[in-house]
Amino acid sequence: MLRLVIQRLGFGAMTILAASVLIFAGTEILPGDLASAILQNTATPENLAEMRLQLGLDRPAVVRYVEWIARAAQGDLGVSLSNQRPVADELAPRLRNSFFLAGFSALVAVPLAVFLGLMAAIYQNSFYDRAVNFFTLMTISIPEYLVGYLLVKYLSVRWQIFPSLANVMPETTFVDRIDLTFLPMLTLVLVVVAHMMRMTRASVLNIMASPYIEMAFLKGLTKTRVVVRHAFPNALAPIIAVIALNLAYLVVGVVVVESVFVYPGLGQLLVDAVSKHDVPLVQACGLIFSCVFILLNLTADVLGIISNPRLRRPR
Amino acid sequence: MRFRLYGQIVPLPAMIGLLIIGVNVVGAVFAPIIAPFAEADVVGDAWADADWTHLLGLDNLGRDVFSRLLYGARLSIGLSLLITTLSFIIGVIGGFTAAIGKGWIDTVLSRFVDLILAMPTLIFAFVVLSVMGTDLGVLVVTLACLDSVKVFRLARALAVNVSALEYVEVARLRGEGLWWVITREILPNTTAPLIAEFGLRFSFAFLFVAALSFLGLGVQPPTADWGSMVRDYREVIALDLAAPFYPAAAIALLTIGVNFVVDWLLAVQSRGYGEGA
Amino acid sequence: MSDGPILDIDKLRIEVRNDAGPGPVLVDDISFTLHKGQVLGLIGESGAGKSTIGMAILGYTRANCYITGGRLLFQGRDIRTMSPDERRALRGPGVAYIAQSAAASFNPAHTLMEQICEIPIQLGLMSLPEAQARAIELFRELDLPNPDHFGERYPHQVSGGQLQRAMAAMAMAAKPAVLIFDEPTTALDVTTQVEVLASFRKLIRENGTAAIYITHDLAVVAQIADDIMVLRHGKMVEYGRADDILQNPQQDYTKRLVAERAEGHGGGQAQAQAALLEIRHVTASYTGLVRVIDDVSLAVSPGDTLAVVGESGSGKSTLARVVMGLLAREQGDVRFAGDSLPARLKDRTREQLRRVQMIYQSPDVALNPSQTLLQIIGRPVQFYFGRDRAAVRARVLELLKMMDLPADFIDRKPAALSGGQKQRVGIARALAAEPDLIICDEVTSALDQLVGEEILRLLKRLQDELGVAYLFITHDLGVVRRIANKVAVMRHGVVVAAGETKTVFAPPMHPYTELLLSSVPEMRSDWLDDVLAGRA
Repeated sequence: MLRLVIQRLGFGAMTILAASVLIFAGTEILPGDLASAILQNTATPENLAEMRLQLGLDRPAVVRYVEWIARAAQGDLGVSLSNQRPVADELAPRLRNSFFLAGFSALVAVPLAVFLGLMAAIYQNSFYDRAVNFFTLMTISIPEYLVGYLLVKYLSVRWQIFPSLANVMPETTFVDRIDLTFLPMLTLVLVVVAHMMRMTRASVLNIMASPYIEMAFLKGLTKTRVVVRHAFPNALAPIIAVIALNLAYLVVGVVVVESVFVYPGLGQLLVDAVSKHDVPLVQACGLIFSCVFILLNLTADVLGIISNPRLRRPR
Repeated sequence: MRFRLYGQIVPLPAMIGLLIIGVNVVGAVFAPIIAPFAEADVVGDAWADADWTHLLGLDNLGRDVFSRLLYGARLSIGLSLLITTLSFIIGVIGGFTAAIGKGWIDTVLSRFVDLILAMPTLIFAFVVLSVMGTDLGVLVVTLACLDSVKVFRLARALAVNVSALEYVEVARLRGEGLWWVITREILPNTTAPLIAEFGLRFSFAFLFVAALSFLGLGVQPPTADWGSMVRDYREVIALDLAAPFYPAAAIALLTIGVNFVVDWLLAVQSRGYGEGA
Repeated sequence: MSDGPILDIDKLRIEVRNDAGPGPVLVDDISFTLHKGQVLGLIGESGAGKSTIGMAILGYTRANCYITGGRLLFQGRDIRTMSPDERRALRGPGVAYIAQSAAASFNPAHTLMEQICEIPIQLGLMSLPEAQARAIELFRELDLPNPDHFGERYPHQVSGGQLQRAMAAMAMAAKPAVLIFDEPTTALDVTTQVEVLASFRKLIRENGTAAIYITHDLAVVAQIADDIMVLRHGKMVEYGRADDILQNPQQDYTKRLVAERAEGHGGGQAQAQAALLEIRHVTASYTGLVRVIDDVSLAVSPGDTLAVVGESGSGKSTLARVVMGLLAREQGDVRFAGDSLPARLKDRTREQLRRVQMIYQSPDVALNPSQTLLQIIGRPVQFYFGRDRAAVRARVLELLKMMDLPADFIDRKPAALSGGQKQRVGIARALAAEPDLIICDEVTSALDQLVGEEILRLLKRLQDELGVAYLFITHDLGVVRRIANKVAVMRHGVVVAAGETKTVFAPPMHPYTELLLSSVPEMRSDWLDDVLAGRA
């Protein structure tokens, strides 16, 4: 089993490396280079050449990649093209904000989704199950911004319960932060819970259809005991995978929600950077998003291996 | 009263879904005929209320919202359809090649795909957009390539499962060529799950294109798809106007329709088919 | 306790009901009684409703199935009128169940001991140490190895035969009044089956438990049951003392079931001709490391039927794959009609491919579900002989007739056919290529007894008419004796005995051949006693 875990970790490290190569290469292989991307319409042959020299584009791509990744590993992510500030300084507060929002949402969404999913599986084909199934199918079809705007329209414009803008500042207190981020959190929760609970339900039902569950009933065990003792341990690995997948989605999904609520997070920064062609900033954001995503999936993989008795105890 | 399609009973949600898809496709295809006004024509005051000539009112520049929705459907649906089709061509060819070629082709392709799947693909779309600018052609190709990885995975799994079945072995033992094996033995028995997957992938591509436009990174003015319409109208949310909700609801409605149909297709498959067919 | 029966089933009826309304009747008008220490055998083909009856006694029905009529009295109380909680309490100390596949029925997440002790502890019948002591006692009774520590293992860590016995221990843990065995030895190899069967019988006899033994194999049930009820399509065919049913069956159906084992058809005609297929010192493996078949040499002459027989893992199916070229041999030679066959499929000529055809175990996956029978059977005709449409259709009709299949099946798809009909289509497809040799891979093991019997007769008739040779891969020695004039016994990838069937199966035998042969249950109730006495 240890070998398998190490293998997974190795694969994870390789993936992060490959992601960084792709992010770097994405700005290299495509026609038009960084210099023309920055200068856009103002480009003349002269200032283009000057810009290339300034950015060090005359040196081989491999050398620049190694430099970039070596500096990034030390926390130096380069300088933003739009305002000449170090990218790391721009990122730090934004990163904290995004993690706060994603963490806040996950804290609410994960227990809720797993609970609702388990209930739907236990009471399969009941009215509750059918209702939840229908409702969640609707929710996963609705884009985040519609959910967000509907919440704003009712909860903040009509009834003025929560603020519609989540403009947090570094000096905002924790309690205010909760209040300000409540609507973005709710939006994320609504979208993620639907996905997560459908997947939880499906993986538990999958387990409930196995012969050893029928056997457990035939042994004379109560339904609660069958679910808790016989189905749940085996459903754990798939549920962990579901949670990881949705947390990863949460991290990427904040991009849209942050934009709806004008929340100063990493997603907003990324979108701004993309529209301003601020390539170093985009690369840095991309690297961070990729690392989080890959690490979450890796954690799920490793937990899945550990929770599997067949792998834990070989014959 | 039961409605049947290819011998299968179509449940109510799936029927609603098919109806929604049908209306949307007709609206998109015949937009120039149906739409009362041109896409970019200013026909009155900004945010004018709805009346019988302007069914859904006017927008921020005084353009007819209903007409813009119809034209927007062409872009929203057309782009996503293009992306999904392209991703299926790449993914299915790749997946079948890997499954049937086996050996090193399979190993190389599958490892590569595993690697890509372990990364957040949407982030790469952002990187490409930041360098290339918002060019619709680039957008379609990029998203199709990123999506094809997921199609590859499914197509390969399906082909591996089917080609392990004995009737495929029989064909190989008979001496049939690769083309026969793929088109006659494997493809007919994988179409149903592939169609369901097409619906699912379409709905994801559709939502993603809309989200990009909403973020200002997709379709650029003056042309508009539903996502960029939501973006254009969002400033009036606080004024309690309905305009921003029309394109957003259109996006949601079509996705719901597609999901209803996909849900039904998947249910039919898990039940198995063939009885009485 | 009074002298009354433990179980009294009267006019039991079970039906399927779903959203679309009432479905088929699974069990109809079944009545029997069961007393302490008595064993009843329920026997029938698939779809006979025997498992459904077994589960109904536990107060359990599968999704959409409902008990719609009759009485199920357990110690005088009707199971049908019990509350869900009462039914649950019945399971364990009242009635316990042993399923066909122990591997699937044990939870992979817990140790065997945890699962065996679960019910007595949950019901408060025993303390943990008591339950564990009882489990170890049961392990000993069931002849499990290292009984003191056997329960510490996880299900995936023990063999199939041991797991099946562990499930019996789980069922016995709460000292039930009735045990229900549902095909408990069907998934096991014959030599393992004997051991497990002996353990079960010992367990029942020593504990004086009443039991219902469900199986499709009359010979197996004869060893363990006092009474036998023969079922077909959910209805009772015959019910009586085990010996009476075996020796003096009244109904036609039972007579056929009993006769199938007894009667032999004799082997194919041995012809002193040059060998059609010659396997010379062939060695093959999947990984390149462990040899799955090792230095195998065999020969098949025109008109021969050579049976390759062995238990799972003996390499018999791998041998078929090597002959077909699906797996390349590593050493040795395979010669067909005097010429060496290339090791790989892709190097063989179309003519070489045509002359050797194959029939598979599961007709369900051997036929392409999206094609009609015309396409399935017609393709080889078109492919090898290049006939036009009309000629192909005519040939397919001819083949269908040869298979005793109706002509209007030609435009149907496999899903509309029964298992036996599908297998006939598989045979027709093989014959369409007009081969000299057909490899039959376990062609009857997925079929019901009588259907399999018909397929064997058909194959025999086709051999007489067409002179085709068969290479029969099977685990069933009954099949071998009936159809093969030559036999090769394989074990761990090596041929341990080969030759004329008469010679190989007559003393002096190789010890493994003898073990295999003696492990095949015979249609008499004292067979198991004789085998055990012989081995002691």
